[in-house]
Amino acid sequence: MNDLSRENFQPATLERPPGEIKMEVKNLEFFYGKTRALHSVSLPVKANNVTAMIGPSGCGKSTLLRAMNRIYALYPGQRATGEVLLDGENILDPKVDLAVLRTRVGMVFQKPTPFPMSIFDNVAFGLRMHETLSRGDMKDRVEEALQRAALWDEVKDKLGSSGLGLSGGQQQRLCVARSIAVRPEVLLLDEPASALDPISTSKLEDTIGELKRDYTIVIVTHNLQQAARISDYTAFMYLGRLVEFGETEGLFTSPKSTQTADYVTGRFG
Amino acid sequence: MASALALRRKGANAVFVAFCAVMTFLALGLLVMILYSLLKNGLGGLDSKVFTMTTPPPGEAGGLINAITGSLIMCAIGMVAAIVIGIPAGTWLAEYGGDSLYAKVVRFLNDVLLSAPSILIGLFVYEIMVKPLHGFSAIAGGAALALVAVPVITRATEDVLKLQPSSLRESGVALGTPLSTTIRNIIWRAASSGIATAGLLAFARISGETAPLLFTSLGDQFQNWNLMKPTAALPQVIYQFAMSPYDDWRRLAWVGAILVTGAVLATQIIARIIIREPDRQ
Repeated sequence: MNDLSRENFQPATLERPPGEIKMEVKNLEFFYGKTRALHSVSLPVKANNVTAMIGPSGCGKSTLLRAMNRIYALYPGQRATGEVLLDGENILDPKVDLAVLRTRVGMVFQKPTPFPMSIFDNVAFGLRMHETLSRGDMKDRVEEALQRAALWDEVKDKLGSSGLGLSGGQQQRLCVARSIAVRPEVLLLDEPASALDPISTSKLEDTIGELKRDYTIVIVTHNLQQAARISDYTAFMYLGRLVEFGETEGLFTSPKSTQTADYVTGRFG
Repeated sequence: MASALALRRKGANAVFVAFCAVMTFLALGLLVMILYSLLKNGLGGLDSKVFTMTTPPPGEAGGLINAITGSLIMCAIGMVAAIVIGIPAGTWLAEYGGDSLYAKVVRFLNDVLLSAPSILIGLFVYEIMVKPLHGFSAIAGGAALALVAVPVITRATEDVLKLQPSSLRESGVALGTPLSTTIRNIIWRAASSGIATAGLLAFARISGETAPLLFTSLGDQFQNWNLMKPTAALPQVIYQFAMSPYDDWRRLAWVGAILVTGAVLATQIIARIIIREPDRQ
């Protein structure tokens, strides 16, 4: 039953019709020690769509994202209750193999974090961890990932040089390539463009638009225009609660809640 | 009124800057004097015999080769042991220990060991190794030096690892890599120059240690390669020869001092270069 066990793990993408629910958050509560950061949050994440989470600083959007691959489990004081379903299975279940979960649900962080190794090795790192590939297959997979992250043309002649030598925008796309190389089903992006200049941001947004065809994407962003540009669904959060969730266009043009209206029109936040 | 206040502030500032400048000059002046006396007394005796002959009896020609090799061997033993213990210990403190009581105790004891008088470490190794093994030895000397170096490396490793951004750790783990693999393959690599520098500084520290060797390796007049036998070391020979009434021994002590200082200086320079080098391959 448990598809998140190591034995049943299939690295290939599990196909799901676009629009069907891929992940579902149900009554999620999150605690940093004794402080409660999320109050009964519930929302669906639809397959092959981009879901954006917006809200003022400290509203819990990153916390929610970090619950979706249980990255918070690195820190002993943090815990979540409720349910986060991935293809119907609760990933908060202690029996879930976190390594498998995180290959299925990848993550890119706010600041680019290239590993201190070559560009090639950066992308191959996760692959080597989970799959045994021949040298040729490895090369193909690395190239494929770099292509999809729209970085291949810029780095194809210097795959052996350090990932730390790339520009900030390139580093961030390298991190995207590294995450999609292991062929996750869901990609979590935590303010991926906040450290980038406008040109790099626009390239990254193009990349996200491309990736939507094969992956389900959840993005946390401070940039409302960005959310409006690239997402299909938007969740507005405030003080640890989900205030409004809906199709991006509707949420931005005719928000149901006055708080949402105030936020998207720039009256607060 | 305002200008009187400004004048007083300027005056106070000038006095303070002058005070700092004089103290800096004093400190640097002392350092220059030390180096000058070192070179004046030692440079004359620095010849090929130093590197070919063993420490002589008074009045005869000789060198320091047994002390040089002894120092190298014992420092090597000390460094290997300190790295094998110190890096994992520092890693545990930085990555796993957190604020747990055990980690706090380990951290505190490590700091105590860091500032423990090295003569005490010598006595301790004398009790647990020299006495049971019935003899002074290079192994015991190396163990004493390791005890001096372990807390240095442990502390430095912990500090360097804590400087690594948590997002780097998270990125590794987010790829489905276990934390231990992430630490070994990514965090250690990102911190490698810092850890290497810590190692070099620990080496610089133990290469000049005399006290821990007095009760452990004792010293030996002859070339010795047997790790279970008493072995000479440069600081210990300097101590012994400098206290002697013989002019030629005292000259050799100065030469030894030049060698130790040169080694420490070279290590420091290498450490600086490593620090300055950005993390690029």
